[in-house]
Amino acid sequence: MKTAFRTMLTMLIGVTLFACNQNSKGATAKGATTEESSQPQGQAAVKDDVSNPNVLQIAIGSASHTTLVAAVQAASLENALVNAGPLTVFAPTNEAFAKLPAGTVEDLLKPENKAALANILKYHVTPGNYSKEFLMKFKKLGQANNGSVEVEIKGGEIYVGGAKIIASIPASNGIIHVVDQVMLPKE
Amino acid sequence: MKTVQKFTLLSLIVLFAAGCNKNANTANDGALGSDAASRVYVKPGSYDEFYAFLSGGFSGQISVYGLPSGRLFRVIPIFSVDPEKGYGFNEETKPMLNTSHGIVPWDDAHHPELSQTNGETDGRWIFINGNNTPRIARVDLTTFETAEIIEIPNSGGNHSSPFTTQNTEYVVAGTRFSVPIPQKDIPIKDYKGNFKGALSFIKVNPETGNMNVEFQVLMPGFDYDLAHSGKGKSDGWTFFTTYNTEEGNSLLEVNASQNDKDFIAAINWKKAEEYIKAGKFREIPANYAHNVYDDKKHSATSTMIKTVRVLIPEECPGLVYFLPTPKSPHGVDVDPTGEYIVGNGKLSTDLTVHAFSKVLKAIEDKNFDGEAYGIPILKMDAIVGGVVKDAGLGPLHTEFDNQGNGYTSMFISSEVVKWKVGTWEILDRVPTYYSIGHLMIPGGDSQKPDGKYMVALNKITKDRFLPTGPELTQSAQLFDITGNKMELLLDFPTIGEPHYAQGIAASKIQSKSLKYYPLAENEHPFAAKAEKDTKVEREGNNVHIYMTTIRSHFAPDNIEGIKVGDKVYFHVTNLEQDWDVPHGFSVMGAQNAELLIMPGQTETLVWEPKQEGVIPFYCTDFCSALHQEMQGYLRVSAKNSNVPIKWSLGE
Repeated sequence: MKTAFRTMLTMLIGVTLFACNQNSKGATAKGATTEESSQPQGQAAVKDDVSNPNVLQIAIGSASHTTLVAAVQAASLENALVNAGPLTVFAPTNEAFAKLPAGTVEDLLKPENKAALANILKYHVTPGNYSKEFLMKFKKLGQANNGSVEVEIKGGEIYVGGAKIIASIPASNGIIHVVDQVMLPKE
Repeated sequence: MKTVQKFTLLSLIVLFAAGCNKNANTANDGALGSDAASRVYVKPGSYDEFYAFLSGGFSGQISVYGLPSGRLFRVIPIFSVDPEKGYGFNEETKPMLNTSHGIVPWDDAHHPELSQTNGETDGRWIFINGNNTPRIARVDLTTFETAEIIEIPNSGGNHSSPFTTQNTEYVVAGTRFSVPIPQKDIPIKDYKGNFKGALSFIKVNPETGNMNVEFQVLMPGFDYDLAHSGKGKSDGWTFFTTYNTEEGNSLLEVNASQNDKDFIAAINWKKAEEYIKAGKFREIPANYAHNVYDDKKHSATSTMIKTVRVLIPEECPGLVYFLPTPKSPHGVDVDPTGEYIVGNGKLSTDLTVHAFSKVLKAIEDKNFDGEAYGIPILKMDAIVGGVVKDAGLGPLHTEFDNQGNGYTSMFISSEVVKWKVGTWEILDRVPTYYSIGHLMIPGGDSQKPDGKYMVALNKITKDRFLPTGPELTQSAQLFDITGNKMELLLDFPTIGEPHYAQGIAASKIQSKSLKYYPLAENEHPFAAKAEKDTKVEREGNNVHIYMTTIRSHFAPDNIEGIKVGDKVYFHVTNLEQDWDVPHGFSVMGAQNAELLIMPGQTETLVWEPKQEGVIPFYCTDFCSALHQEMQGYLRVSAKNSNVPIKWSLGE
């Protein structure tokens, strides 16, 4: 029902705009942001395909982070990830999420668990732009959920909250470290 | 739900249809109520309800807006030269920018702060800090001109400034960067223990507003970030946030974030006054400028001051206490009752609120958790009055309304969060566009807030306005806060960075605004108060032109006998005694700026002719129907010529 509604709306806007043939950009943004409260409203809605991509744009473009992106959207954290930051985001892969006990992800994505999900996701974000080498200067990091996470070096590899950094991608507002595990807050 | 959707759909269609007929920019108003426009509309010829004074941040100015319209009235140059007004270019205002480093024609101005009487904004003066070369300025709100600037000695970056006490006994100036005191050439690695942070208390004369550095408290080498003075029951205290209690001197983004807690330094300034009276201060050498503009002489003077009084916490028990506060607290804001002191740990998600009565109790009970550099650290558990849990990401600053609510800005989550003082429950949150720093409620940091509007001061605007290349305007967003939900009414662009702001009911200022300077009171040494007094005098290579201006001519307007290599002083007096009739003055080849002379005022432009010829000058401010006729000529002769000095009008 909802989808049908959205399609109808889109068509209508399209038709109206076609008839209007002016100022289409502003009007589209309006249609997208005001009608659906689940749509990002705020900085995440800024259209900019020219600047270097930010953390959220990179995650959205990554085939191995679809679960993470779905979780970010379910927790309405899009705007936090496009902020000037800078942010260091530890991004568990789909495989990392799959390692969690069966049903965990599905449970977390339920609306009633939004706060718990947000807490876990914010535990993956450090205010600061820290490269892999730079992270070695820390023993612990203060995370956006108010918790802190340990940084360890084992066999020349760097582990954050037990998760191993397997790749690093610079973003316009920080850096993404792809990790092989979901980091779970202690309490 | 379905009905709502249908309704939305219908209104959308209506809206888009309307968009066909006119510029669809109006469609970009987000989720606003349809009556937002009428609520910010101040019809032509009507006045705004509030003045808003927005700092210009790195523009070094204050801009004056009306609320709710967002209309810009004036930009007041403070720490930055302004060729438009000749500020910092004419001879009269150059001394305003004097410092111990010489003339410093720019600064980073962050926090405007209105003077207060009995904890309420009184509309007399507005103070603002210069961060970079530590200074505090006072703007006179009858003239809307910078009246005074005092340099802050022993400071390394004047950020926690110039927050006032409740009767403007003092404005404060805490240093962001600790430095060696006195300054000396030592290795940077010797920071710990050798660098000190000076917290200065600038006494404000209750009649004249004139400032002097009454005393400084020499604190440990932390970074002192922001401040607010107590009020009501906490009157007599000033609170300064600290970070870098680790005393790192490099890579602070790592090294200043190691401690789970930093401190709010609570200074008992009434106790300090007792210590000063008892002679427990040390007078140490210093060198700082005190610049005062005289409205009668229409000129500033700069005086260098050579000593300052300091208090050492170890020697003054009861002067300072540390209140442990989580994670690099940024803003420290005191609620209108004076009981609650909100520390916004910028790396926390919670707001820690200390209760002043508990602070007093902990001091009385000596409920200490050790000390740092001889300063007692109060037990955190003993002083916390409440915590606003999970308020948001990156909490920075809090202002208050008159209904017992706090409003806190969140940088990372780009929102304002409204919460109840006392119950600490979150009542509402609203997104800002984007990356809010400070926020402002008129009177929102005083004892008597006007809880009608809240202004969010945003750093980033990306898609909010028509783009203007890589640099976009920063913005202010006006919210109606009279209801349970905060409502966005208006975005308006700002000058420079609207770092912090103050707002005040227009009625407190409007009637006191000066209309002109009485000519009879003009004490400028080079004033010509009538055309018959105009003259040209040569003293060696210096030529003084006593000139007047009135609609629509200069007197004199033909001048001869100027020579290449002369230094020509145009002392121009505006003879008008009528509101809003300034005259401008400019001369070809002048390497400074124009003059913009208010009615009854005298200003001086220096001009050094480098070649022979006949040079025109003219009025730059469209003053009258015959403005274009307002012109004159100067004859410039060779260095060794015998052309006599001669001046005339209408001959």
